[in-house]
Amino acid sequence: MDLTVVWAFIIAFAVFAYVVMDGFDLGIGILFPTFKAGRERDRAMNSIAPVWDGNETWLVLGGGGLFAAFPLAYAVILPATYPLIIAMLLGLVFRGVAFEYRWRDPAHQAFWDRAFTGGSLVAALAQGMTLGALLQGIEVEGRAYAGSWWDWLTPYTLLTGLGTVAGYALLGSTWLIWKLDGEEQAHARKLAIRWGAATIVLMGAVSLYNITLNADYAARWLSAPEVYWVAPVPILTAIVALSMLRAILKDRNSKPFWLGIALFFLGMSGLGVTIWPYAVPESVTIWEAAAPYRSQAFMLVGVALTLPLIIAYTAWAYWVFRGKVADEGYH
Amino acid sequence: MFENLDALLLARVQFAFTVSFHFFFPAFSIGLASYLAVLEGLWLKTGKSVYLDLFKYWLKIFAIAFAMGVVSGIVMSYQFGTNWSVFSDKAGPVIGPLMAYEVLTAFFLEAGFLGVMLFGMNKVGKKLHFAATLMVALGTFVSAFWILSVNSWMQTPTGYEIGANGQFLPGPSWWDIVFNPSFPYRLVHTVMAAYLTTAFVVGAVGAWHLLKDRANPHARKMFSMAMWMAAIVTPAQIFAGDMHGLNTLEHQPAKVMAMEGHFQSHPEGAPLILFGIPDSEAKTVRYAIEIPKASSLILKHDLNAPLAGLDTIPDDEEPPVGVVFWSFRIMVGIGFAMLGIGLWSLWGRLRGTLYDMPWLHRAALLMGPSGFAAVLAGWITTEVGRQPFVIYGVLRTADAASPLDAPAVAASLLAFILVYFTVFGIGVWYILKLMGKAPHPGEYGVKRGDVGPIRTAGITPGPTQNPGGEDTLPTHASDEKEPV
Repeated sequence: MDLTVVWAFIIAFAVFAYVVMDGFDLGIGILFPTFKAGRERDRAMNSIAPVWDGNETWLVLGGGGLFAAFPLAYAVILPATYPLIIAMLLGLVFRGVAFEYRWRDPAHQAFWDRAFTGGSLVAALAQGMTLGALLQGIEVEGRAYAGSWWDWLTPYTLLTGLGTVAGYALLGSTWLIWKLDGEEQAHARKLAIRWGAATIVLMGAVSLYNITLNADYAARWLSAPEVYWVAPVPILTAIVALSMLRAILKDRNSKPFWLGIALFFLGMSGLGVTIWPYAVPESVTIWEAAAPYRSQAFMLVGVALTLPLIIAYTAWAYWVFRGKVADEGYH
Repeated sequence: MFENLDALLLARVQFAFTVSFHFFFPAFSIGLASYLAVLEGLWLKTGKSVYLDLFKYWLKIFAIAFAMGVVSGIVMSYQFGTNWSVFSDKAGPVIGPLMAYEVLTAFFLEAGFLGVMLFGMNKVGKKLHFAATLMVALGTFVSAFWILSVNSWMQTPTGYEIGANGQFLPGPSWWDIVFNPSFPYRLVHTVMAAYLTTAFVVGAVGAWHLLKDRANPHARKMFSMAMWMAAIVTPAQIFAGDMHGLNTLEHQPAKVMAMEGHFQSHPEGAPLILFGIPDSEAKTVRYAIEIPKASSLILKHDLNAPLAGLDTIPDDEEPPVGVVFWSFRIMVGIGFAMLGIGLWSLWGRLRGTLYDMPWLHRAALLMGPSGFAAVLAGWITTEVGRQPFVIYGVLRTADAASPLDAPAVAASLLAFILVYFTVFGIGVWYILKLMGKAPHPGEYGVKRGDVGPIRTAGITPGPTQNPGGEDTLPTHASDEKEPV
């Protein structure tokens, strides 16, 4: 297996880690207005306050890793989705500072709560639309983006944006089922059912739309013999989706969250199958975009040495703040 | 607002704006993370509550500054691709891995242990908590290491080859890339600048509270610690800056010519121009006040050593002289003002009147933001001094930008300006509010909200900054054995 493929999987892993970990943070931001100001919101935010920063770092690894391992893809995708990336970054600014500011200024807490929600919503929507813009194809000439700066705005990207918002809200609500109890947990359960259903419907819609985007995508999913290889993905997705809804209804504690993650994993696997082996669908393959062997090898040493440690101390930080969020915040 | 500007200039303004804003936060948090580690270490060693109180006092400020640093830093990691895609494509194979190492060895370390540092003392115990603080401090330093290596490589590129597709490719040795010629100097100079920036902020806060109550033991302690830094690190920093300058003279002579305002070559000893108004059109410094032959003495350690001027550099490879000339003088001026404060404090310390010198306290207060100004001025000197190249001597800034329409870049620039000034302005105001309160025994840590229905209803009056709140890190100054 060549290093380019290894790196494609590393980047995919970083993006997946980001999507599920910051996904539930952003989801809680999106759902924040449905919690009552005061104790309910404080507890919801406290459930992620110690970990959100680490979660967001995976976005930097995804972006920085893409820059390092597939510089041409980074140089094409970012200008093509320019307004989306800028909107996402500004959304993350508001979301990130709200974690601190809302406690510092009780007189304007309501404002920072809205900034928390608005920032989370914009970031989630922009991320989903960026994914859509990538999947629908990007015009490339030579080594540069050649389209206009509104190409990313289509019905399809709006659909992927909404799907991502729904998916993050699902992850956020299942995380809260795990971390809260009493009335707040019951509220989170109601949210999880609603957003779970929405996520499943939108995932289905995006999948069907994908097949109509171009002949290659259709061939991958519908023609033999490929279909035998890829068929398990939708079948497993259906099984996981139903088990998740059942776990939410059956008063389970952490199970809905883990099944939500499994759902995202399957969704991303489906996307991987769809675009493989392209870094920019239909125009730049991962081998065309890849950095030279020396760059890949040098970074691989770093990944091999640090990634296990990162996963270990991140897990430790989660372990330190395990269990239900106490009434009194983290004492 | 930006109708008449082209996309390239707008992209440059946007990068300069976002990176300058971002630079303030790490410049402060690199030093502050280390200061927090020192405070917690001293508390664990001596058991004196004054250190724990100061730790908690500065931890609240650190939490806000760090959050601003994180969100403005994520913007930077995407600016390369959004606005400088040609640069990213060409230089990605060389600098991309260094930035990936920064994420893997620094960002995760800081972020992974930050939660425990802010909220976890009761959960993990003192020793493990101290370890978390150390990891955060180490992370800030490692981050500086990698990003300054990247920046230095753009100033003094070594160890690369040019590929058939025009990309910069790594040569056989990554050591040559990471430890490029200007990197060791830049790293030392910048990290010391961060320490001084923090020291002068801490000194100013101490001075402010000494001016209000010169008996406050917490204010005394932090003022004294800050003044030690000013007295010891400033001379070292001036020496390091001089070494960095000599390194620049060797590798980027045009930058030093612009810093010195030397439009002409001086075959028999160059004058040191103290002040004047550089005129790039006429290629002269107007109203110059100069010391004959002093520049040759500083740069070559010989009064009569010849020094080449910008007349030896093609016009289209000259940096903008005015900006570099002035920003360099601002940085150096602030450096010597810092030295003055350090010496003044030593004199007061010798006489035993360090806490009874209101004029020193006023001066230290005035110098509170000086580190930020010096860092920014130094940054402008080195970055503008690299122009017109983005990778010195090999890739022009004009050839590195993304193929974007001017309105797209203008709109995003406007959005960044509005959001940054509002959001970070408010954050700085919150920090100033915290600094305005005197540190006291039983200082609160970073607090997170309610303590149950009764008190949140507002029946029990709580601390004003968080009504009904209880501290996350409760402490009892009288009883050091209390679990904290």
